[in-house]
Amino acid sequence: MVERIIPDPNPNPETEAFWEATKDGRFMLRYCGDCGKTHWYPRAICPHCFSDSSEWRQASGRGKIYPYSVMRRAAVPYAIAYVTLEEGPRMITNLVDCALDELAVGQDVELVFKQSEGGYAVPMFKPAG
Amino acid sequence: MSTKGMAYVVGAYEHPTRKATDKSIAQLHAEVAKGALADAGLTKDDVDGYFCASDAPGHGPLNMVDYMNLNVRHVDATNTGGSSHMIHVAHAAQAIAAGKCSVALITLAGRPRSQGQEKGAIPRADNPLQADFQWENPYGITTLNIYAMVAMRHMYEFGTTSEQLAWVKVACSHHAQHNPNAMLRDVVTVEDVVNSPMVSDPLHRMDCCVISDGGGALIVTNREIAQSLKRPLVKLIGAGEAPKGQMAGAVDLSYSGAAWSGPRAFAEAGVTQADIKYASIYDSFTITVVMQLEDLGFCAKGDGGKFVSDGNLISGVGKLPINTDGGGLCNNHPMNRGGMTKVIEAVRQLRGEAHSAVQVPNCDIALAHGTGGGLGTRHASATLIFERE
Repeated sequence: MVERIIPDPNPNPETEAFWEATKDGRFMLRYCGDCGKTHWYPRAICPHCFSDSSEWRQASGRGKIYPYSVMRRAAVPYAIAYVTLEEGPRMITNLVDCALDELAVGQDVELVFKQSEGGYAVPMFKPAG
Repeated sequence: MSTKGMAYVVGAYEHPTRKATDKSIAQLHAEVAKGALADAGLTKDDVDGYFCASDAPGHGPLNMVDYMNLNVRHVDATNTGGSSHMIHVAHAAQAIAAGKCSVALITLAGRPRSQGQEKGAIPRADNPLQADFQWENPYGITTLNIYAMVAMRHMYEFGTTSEQLAWVKVACSHHAQHNPNAMLRDVVTVEDVVNSPMVSDPLHRMDCCVISDGGGALIVTNREIAQSLKRPLVKLIGAGEAPKGQMAGAVDLSYSGAAWSGPRAFAEAGVTQADIKYASIYDSFTITVVMQLEDLGFCAKGDGGKFVSDGNLISGVGKLPINTDGGGLCNNHPMNRGGMTKVIEAVRQLRGEAHSAVQVPNCDIALAHGTGGGLGTRHASATLIFERE
């Protein structure tokens, strides 16, 4: 089966630490030392309270499908989704290693990394097993 | 300070082209400017304010003012995608009320079809430097699947069906049959829509708007100049704008920025949903209309699917006629930006100049609403309420 080519994320100085961690199989979230909230996508300044004392913590990698959609008009059909992470935030991702016609809103999913074109480890999700 | 009743739309022009292989983008901007000025009964030399968004190549007003050789004392390049030109109307009213200009020209133009974009399933042409890019681009984000996820969630939360969404397209097709410039003039049925190919679950091909070249322009002016012209008076009485994004991860796809922009516009106008005789509702996709009608308060949250069904949006048939030009779903979606044409058709309705088959009788108050950007990621909602004086 032909695999979908995953475009590179284009990291920048603000996000390099995130992509460095993914090389070791770790999926990191930002936690604010002042307001205590976590957020997605990762930023230097907390988007809840504008504190600059956020820190990285490893996420559980567990979540649920919020909604998804299977793109049929592509060389290789694929599923995009919002996943609600166990830690709270919702992120855009892909659902992989699954039958595209058997996905469901609310389904439990777990983290898996897939390699992008340029070799980045991109966080994605598959049905929890 | 409210700008209620301080600005009038006196010129409105929709370019008749839907594929402009033989024209430049700047040329299209100038053609729609010329058309709107002629419609108003004004000339190029009367323009002292110019508004455009990123569909104008280069630095927006800088390049376009020079190209058209305008002499203006106020410019605004607010860019919120397809709702830009609706926000321009509100900002023009503010500039006019503040005395910064007296005749504002707003233009939109582009040629995505001629440039080879024939469908919306391709990745968005986003800037790799924008903050969200690296968190979305690897996942194959397109305009289509962003909106599709909103539809999927709406179906899950509220029980909305594909057949209900299809009614939006059916209504637009009933209107488009009377528009000689419309890209798709065939009347379609609910069955046609749900049997068209699935493109991004749960959206079918016919849940999606057209991709067209062309553009449109508006002239906004003050009361004194408006009253000196020979056109029916279309007055802006309420406006609201609201960006909505992913809220730092607290994504909620059950509502759009219309839930914020709508109440602002209604409060300023001092009218209610029951007063609206006609509504132009941005129809990038069928789900967009359902979501916006709920958020604007035309029905309760979650009841949008029922509300749009059974011809309720068809002029002469239903309670709330929308998009009587055929909308983006059937008529025109120039440069992938549908706010401009939404205002133009609302102006036609208020003037009594819509096609006789779709003209709403005694149309004295109309609403135009748009969503620019991605309904499921980040967008800007704009609501305008107009009254015929």
